[in-house]
Amino acid sequence: MKWAIEIEDLTVAYQQQPVLWDVDAAIPTGQMTAIVGPNGAGKSTLLKAVLGIVRPAAGRIRVLGRPFRARERRVAYVPQRAELDWDFPATVFDVALMGTYGRVGWLRRPGAAERTRARAALERVGMAELADRPIGQLSGGQQQRVLLARALAQEAELYLLDEPFQGVDAPTEATLLEVLRWLKQQGKTIVVVHHDLSTVAEYFDWVILLNVQCIACGPVAEAFTPENLRRTYGGRMVVPAPTVNPA
Amino acid sequence: MDFTLRIVMTGAALLGLISGALGTLAVLRRQGLIGDAVAHAALPGIVLAFLLSGSKAPVVLQLGAAVSGTLALLWVQAILRTTRIRFDAALGMALAVFFGLGVVLLSAAQHTAGAAQAGLDRFLFGQAATLLREDLLVMAGAGLLAFALVLAFWKEIQLVLFDEAYAATLGLPVRRLQTLLIVLLVVAIVIGLQTVGVVLMSAVIVAPAAAARQWSSRYGRVLLLAGLFGLLSGALGAWISSLAPRLPTGPLIVLLLTALALLSVLVAPARGLLWQHIRRRQARETARQAVMAVLQELARHHPDAEHPHPTATIQAALGTDVPAEAILRDLERRGKVRHMPDQGWQLTERPPHTP
Repeated sequence: MKWAIEIEDLTVAYQQQPVLWDVDAAIPTGQMTAIVGPNGAGKSTLLKAVLGIVRPAAGRIRVLGRPFRARERRVAYVPQRAELDWDFPATVFDVALMGTYGRVGWLRRPGAAERTRARAALERVGMAELADRPIGQLSGGQQQRVLLARALAQEAELYLLDEPFQGVDAPTEATLLEVLRWLKQQGKTIVVVHHDLSTVAEYFDWVILLNVQCIACGPVAEAFTPENLRRTYGGRMVVPAPTVNPA
Repeated sequence: MDFTLRIVMTGAALLGLISGALGTLAVLRRQGLIGDAVAHAALPGIVLAFLLSGSKAPVVLQLGAAVSGTLALLWVQAILRTTRIRFDAALGMALAVFFGLGVVLLSAAQHTAGAAQAGLDRFLFGQAATLLREDLLVMAGAGLLAFALVLAFWKEIQLVLFDEAYAATLGLPVRRLQTLLIVLLVVAIVIGLQTVGVVLMSAVIVAPAAAARQWSSRYGRVLLLAGLFGLLSGALGAWISSLAPRLPTGPLIVLLLTALALLSVLVAPARGLLWQHIRRRQARETARQAVMAVLQELARHHPDAEHPHPTATIQAALGTDVPAEAILRDLERRGKVRHMPDQGWQLTERPPHTP
């Protein structure tokens, strides 16, 4: 199997507290992968570590076979909606266009080709008609569509989405899923931080069960078992404190 | 208009333009407060620059201001890195310590070194009348350079302001862009200190942005409008302060800007409170009409026109956008419908064309 992301011995700590501890996981190319686990399990942190936004305390991550720094433009990130300031002065189209900025180059403005890409991306998520609307006037579902459009405009190979289905309306959920499946058909790799256990088997091919440590990682049919779920969710996982050597 | 007044008004207008536009970058990053800290922290730098160099040339004093303002920010960052003190508290500490030091230095200098002749106390509240032609050239030069940087890194700055994490994943040097934004903020502040003074300078950073945001939802237009608002208030404030002796320019400019921001919050289309109020009233009226239409429809289709209907029946016909219960209570107060306990709502008047 070809791997889009390989994670080895990854540890990330905030304020000396491990958020991810000794995680080994691999995500196959061309499939849809869910990262699931309870709140505070480190799901978003795992994405951010892959993207180089948070610095690991230890471990190695390879993205499309190389360190992330060499791959950045081929990886599209869809952050959690709540992490952004939606009062920022921008229209729907402005945000979609941001997806093309990585390729435009310094001292240049996006041209006709980039604008076409942004418009096509908005079309794909069903937001073309709202292109001129200020982002401050969008519903939660519309915000999520715009963020996905921005990632599409990037024309990446690997898509990392943080809780895209969180709190969106049913039509939006259907649209998002349709777009992600379309990406998969194009041979893209999709990784989604997901909270709704009931849809994991229906939506995804591969799953990572995470609770600070990696509990299981594999095809949904093999890894998404009641036993593994109990180990992930049953009782908060506590990382053993380092024992002080009484020397 | 005499020559001096023209210089003074041009200077104040330039300051408003530059600080208003650059300040918007800080406000959009939710960092307007940083401007306040930098401005206050500039005071000891101004006094020390004078004491060390013996010069009262604005460029020298502005350099001192920039250095101590930047030092204060570095100190804030060091506090955040090494302690658990929160950002706003660290900012407040830096502001108070640096400004206090500045006031002490200023009063010491007044007695010892003839700083009174140098007119250092004008940096507290600003005095545009002291502006010279050379000062204008310095301002214009710094402003041009700053605007050139904003234009050169237009899309990168926009992206870092809106979504830093995403910008980093595209490979943008986010740390360096953040440093650029801080430098631009310091420039925006230092340029205005002579005219507006350290105490009120942050208002020139924040108010134009707050006003401009009300009128547009486009990034570029907000920047442009903020610059224009700053320019107008600067020129007008300087002119008014020339009308009477010893009328400080800074507070006048700030009052004008605040009035403009207040006005914008009230009357700007789309975001203004006034229009929001009107729109809410209109929406309410539309909702009342919709609820009445539903009740009339029910009355026409029901064998007994006066049969009461529960809220849920009415809500179902309206969709979730209209809060049926609240609108029905509203209509009840207006005497259009009445509520029969345990049964529901009925019209007070028989609708036309009922059997």
